[in-house]
Amino acid sequence: MINPTVVELSRLQFALTALYHFLFVPLTLGLSFILAAMETVYVITGKPIYKDMTQFWGKLFGINFAIGVATGLTMEFEFGTNWSMYSHFVGDVFGTPLAIEGLMAFFMESTFVGLMFFGWDRLSKPAHLAVTYLVALGSNLSALWILVANGFMQDPVGATFDPNTMRMQFTDLGALVFSQDAQAKFVHTSIAGFVTGALFVMGISAYYLLRRQHRDFAARSFRMAALFGVIASLAVVTLGDALGRMDYLVQRTKLAAIEGIWHTTTPPAAPWTIFALPDQSARKNIAAIEIPYVLTPLVTHSWNTAIPGIDSLEREAKPKIVNGIQAATALKAYAGTKNPAALAEFRKYQSDLGYGLLAQRYAPDQDLAKITKADLPGVVDRTAQATIPNVFVEFWSFRIMVAFGFAFIAVFAFGAYYSLKNELEEHPWMLKAAMWSIPLPVLVCEYGWIVAENGRQPWSVYGWLPTFVSASTHGVGYMVFSLVGFALLYSLFIAAELYLMFKYARLGPGFREAPAAAQAGAGPGLGRPGYANKSWE
Amino acid sequence: MEIYTALKMIWALLLGVLLTGLAVMVGMDMGVGTLLRFVGRNDAERRAALNIIGPHWDGNQVWFILGGGAIFAAFPTLYATSFSIFYIVMILLLFSMIMRPVAFEYRSKVDASRWRETWDWAFLISGAVPMIVYGAAIGNVLQGVGFHFSWDGQYYQDESFIWYLLNPFALLCGALSLALSIHQGGAMLMIRGEGAIAMRARRFAIWGGAIAAALFVIGGIWVPFIRGFVYTQPVNPAMAATPLNGPAVAMQAGAWMRNFHSFPILWLAPALGLAGMILGPLALAARRPVLGWWLGAIAWIGTIGTIGAAMFPFLMPSTTAPSQSLTVWNASGSAYNLGWMLVFALIFTPAVIAYTSWAFHLMGGKVNPEKVSRDDHLY
Ligand code: HDD
Ligand code: HEM
Ligand code: HEM
Repeated sequence: MINPTVVELSRLQFALTALYHFLFVPLTLGLSFILAAMETVYVITGKPIYKDMTQFWGKLFGINFAIGVATGLTMEFEFGTNWSMYSHFVGDVFGTPLAIEGLMAFFMESTFVGLMFFGWDRLSKPAHLAVTYLVALGSNLSALWILVANGFMQDPVGATFDPNTMRMQFTDLGALVFSQDAQAKFVHTSIAGFVTGALFVMGISAYYLLRRQHRDFAARSFRMAALFGVIASLAVVTLGDALGRMDYLVQRTKLAAIEGIWHTTTPPAAPWTIFALPDQSARKNIAAIEIPYVLTPLVTHSWNTAIPGIDSLEREAKPKIVNGIQAATALKAYAGTKNPAALAEFRKYQSDLGYGLLAQRYAPDQDLAKITKADLPGVVDRTAQATIPNVFVEFWSFRIMVAFGFAFIAVFAFGAYYSLKNELEEHPWMLKAAMWSIPLPVLVCEYGWIVAENGRQPWSVYGWLPTFVSASTHGVGYMVFSLVGFALLYSLFIAAELYLMFKYARLGPGFREAPAAAQAGAGPGLGRPGYANKSWE
Repeated sequence: MEIYTALKMIWALLLGVLLTGLAVMVGMDMGVGTLLRFVGRNDAERRAALNIIGPHWDGNQVWFILGGGAIFAAFPTLYATSFSIFYIVMILLLFSMIMRPVAFEYRSKVDASRWRETWDWAFLISGAVPMIVYGAAIGNVLQGVGFHFSWDGQYYQDESFIWYLLNPFALLCGALSLALSIHQGGAMLMIRGEGAIAMRARRFAIWGGAIAAALFVIGGIWVPFIRGFVYTQPVNPAMAATPLNGPAVAMQAGAWMRNFHSFPILWLAPALGLAGMILGPLALAARRPVLGWWLGAIAWIGTIGTIGAAMFPFLMPSTTAPSQSLTVWNASGSAYNLGWMLVFALIFTPAVIAYTSWAFHLMGGKVNPEKVSRDDHLY
């Protein structure tokens, strides 16, 4: 019997550790490319101030990077420790991008990051620049592979279920890697990282400008970040639209929840709901404000396609559930007896297996064999309802993401405009807005993941494996132990990281307290030769 | 031989390579972390010790990450089962492991002795605990673990976890692994450390190697008396990868010696291991740290090779449902998956080895505590 408390606590732990990991990842993704861009300017123009910029922002990069690495370790092992059935069921497909990620991306990123920090005096200028680019490339490649893995959970292509091994087996590398869902996720996510990095640099530079500190340094950093940000923020919105369209194509339950569509819409007048309080038990939106004629073209990119609502999605699920129960029952019989008749029976219904596994939860004693004729409609009903994710959470997480997405465009656009006109300091409201916006992209990324992962529920692999059956079989005590430990350690980490981030941001680029005149022409004197003076040897 | 069988064997071998790479590279960093408080008597010395592995620890750690990822992909059922059965120890391992990246990056960024002392303790814990757990886990696997599978491939645990923490053979293996890592870390501190650091490191490293040799001999005498596992029915190595309905397996004392009896060439592995552990400390005593480091690596190759040779084809035998023991034949990924992963491994492993060596070469040379303490760009 599956213990529902263990499942809930495992979900909680995964959600908390993944959300926590993703507090640090976007900045790594974005800032690494901004560092590379700054260093490129340094190598081309030879102006030392761009080296100072690369080193200063690199320091903050390092403070953030450390916790990204630490919390990433947790993620790599958590599938095995907490989601054993999941790992068994899809490990043959899902493990592969994770292994390739390590081999291809993490090795590259982690090896060169050491050289990036410590190799300034041991590498020629172009060689160091190349190293910085490899770090940026490595971090974004790691995002690519992990999102290919996640894309498989959202839209399981490239694998089929094999009743002999009781798991999904890998059949098509190309389909897995070039899955539209994975690719759309990758570009949207890594560009969301660029937005995060750009606003981070722009916001801290704005802080210096407000205080009239490090002005040359800050103005240049501000301008690069603002220009980077305008492009990235426009792109993230466009690509977000592409991602929403993927939901329309492959995950209609998620789409219906995101948009709060309880009843199938009739084109072309289908309205887009801008505000509402979705009520899952009453199956309607309270206090809805709607804009007619927007939804259909927005989602389907056409004028006359109906978008299925939650009521019809549940109706469509019911026959699949009935078939799925047959499939799961036949599969169990086949597993024990290797009886070819059971196999033939399973083959008839195999594409709906997942719905049968989902129904287990609502069967008496979680045993499909115990469902009587009289129970069946009730079990089917409750299973069908369970195929819809939490609408309120989807609806609002999505709207928060979208609203901020547009707000970021405005912040970057004003920033770039005033920066190009060289009148930033005359618009302190602009600088303050930039400064206070620093944490927002990270927050928005978290909401984006909630849309993606909560919207996939009740599945861990969409249509194939319910979250409920994915967890390990250990007891509640184990979960309490790990949850308490993670909570304690992670709280200490975030306290230390915020402390250092603020400390080094306040100290500013001159933090080395080096003699100011050491490097002719350099802005805030960063004269002393750094690490790794060859004279050691 | 069928292609699928060959792929399974290749991946078993690659698993061994990965575990060895992990042990040598991460073990070295863990050894440095463990020794940090003892070889560095003041802050400048400790910082020098840290910066010896400073540019490399993150790259080295990827061996550990890749170990996880490769087991996941190449032996999914092993990943699913072992990590959750060893939950408490895996989580302890994680808790201690995740302190390390933060400790490296944050320790020297605040100039207060309480702050730095705290992180130095974190280095000790995050060095010693993972190495003990690593060895102990292998020790447990060697003795078999209590679990069985239900019809759908889900595992169920049949023994309580205390057993895994506190059994003498596992602790012996844990101590062996810690001792080897101290040897490896000490050798590295000698290679790039100056004066007092190198001197102190040398003492610890020699002891580490010598103790490892002693433990290895004790373990070697012990293993023939441990219950081993053996297939008692004909096996089709190319079988579908599932632990259900497999051929029968028997538990017998001494069964882990069978492979050595059938293929005497396998004795090379323990011989290599022991040679490394004996010659390693001697090389260090003769102030040949680079040679000592490589001998330490050979000691690891021999140790892991010995365990692999003894257990093959078993990966994680079950004491409560022996015929459901996980083996190279029944816990692997599909042929398609193993094939593609091999392609990726063949392309990227040489590249990784090339740029890692280049990075070590580039950052080589002695680290001077004086210079380090004047440079706040360093760890
Ligand atoms: C700075 C961050 C940021 C911004 C401004 C936006 N997003 Fe986003 N969004 C993310 C950061 C993000 C993310 C964290 O990167 C997610 C989480 C999962 C993913 O693939 O990307 C995401 C997920 C995500 C999903 C769910 C993907 C799925 O089902 O798997 C959709 C539909 C959108 N986004 C759509 C949008 C739209 C239409 C936006 C603007 C108008 C938008 N996003 C702005
Ligand atoms: C939940 C699944 C995830 C797992 C298993 C995972 C795994 C890891 C691991 C093991 C590290 C440490 C790497 C090192 O030591 O160098 C790491 C860091 C990182 N991860 Fe994650 N991660 C997950 C989610 C994500 C996502 C969604 C992204 C990007 C979109 C991402 C991108 C990164 C990046 C950029 C780093 C920075 C540090 C580095 O690569 O070294 N990760 N992750
Ligand atoms: C780093 C960004 C991510 C965040 C913030 C995130 C967030 C979440 C959340 C909130 C849940 C719990 C959902 C629920 O149970 O209601 C979850 C579940 C899960 N996610 Fe993610 N996720 C991230 C990335 C990934 C990636 C990249 C993968 C796969 C490679 C992944 C795999 C899973 C798995 C296996 C579960 C558990 C099963 C399930 O609940 O469906 N996650 N994640």
